[in-house]
Amino acid sequence: MRPAYLRGASIGLVLLGGAVGVAAREGLVLAIPNRDGIPIVVQVVNVLGAFVLGYLYEALTHTRFGSESVSRIKLLVGTGFCGGLTTYSSLATDTAVLLDDSRVGVALAYALSTVVVGGAATVLGIVLGGRRHAPAGGSR
Amino acid sequence: MTPGLFVMMVLAGGLGACVRYVVDGAIKARAKGAAFPWSTAIINLTGSLVLGFLTGLVVGRLASTDVSTVGTGFLGGYTTFSTASYELVQLVRDQRHGLAAAYGIGVLAGAVLLALLGYVVGSDL
Repeated sequence: MRPAYLRGASIGLVLLGGAVGVAAREGLVLAIPNRDGIPIVVQVVNVLGAFVLGYLYEALTHTRFGSESVSRIKLLVGTGFCGGLTTYSSLATDTAVLLDDSRVGVALAYALSTVVVGGAATVLGIVLGGRRHAPAGGSR
Repeated sequence: MTPGLFVMMVLAGGLGACVRYVVDGAIKARAKGAAFPWSTAIINLTGSLVLGFLTGLVVGRLASTDVSTVGTGFLGGYTTFSTASYELVQLVRDQRHGLAAAYGIGVLAGAVLLALLGYVVGSDL
């Protein structure tokens, strides 16, 4: 059998989730313009997506769904939606443009804070996803 | 932005996510057992280089903003911050601090430098 990443059904789920994620991000970027050349919305959306992915993956390890459903949800919401909602290329390019503008301090603060706050958001998502979905009364 | 252009950008983003999924699977199939998340690193580094270049082309007026809008949609779908963050947290949890630093800071620095390279080359063409 073909590996999952070459199957039409899997790719379709990623396409759908990815398109919705990109639409959400770009809609927000259009609605809320950059402040003084600093792309605040991209940072917020990246941190939000990092939280959702941590929550999702952890919650899915505690569900009673079958493995087939779990992998479909991961493709649609994780690989698709969260992957489309978040962007690394804009993070890097916006930082590069700030550097080219000789705004080194702002560039470093923007890039590093995204990674640090994003990591913290992922951890928070994992903790909350585990707490909400772990069996009642069970401490793992 | 016209509704038509927005739809084009969103479709390009969905397509970018599919390309990421396939490239990720292909790289993982070849780098089995590697502790370093090579697939996401390679995807984010290459996507950053191309978006920097595209952004430079717009500054140098060699590409229209419509082209860069669709390109930004594609590359935004292709690259991902959420998976990069998740993989970074996994490396920290596994106490692989050196790999975590290389992944969190090294890939970030590499992606920014590649985007800067693309931007400078693109705007000077």
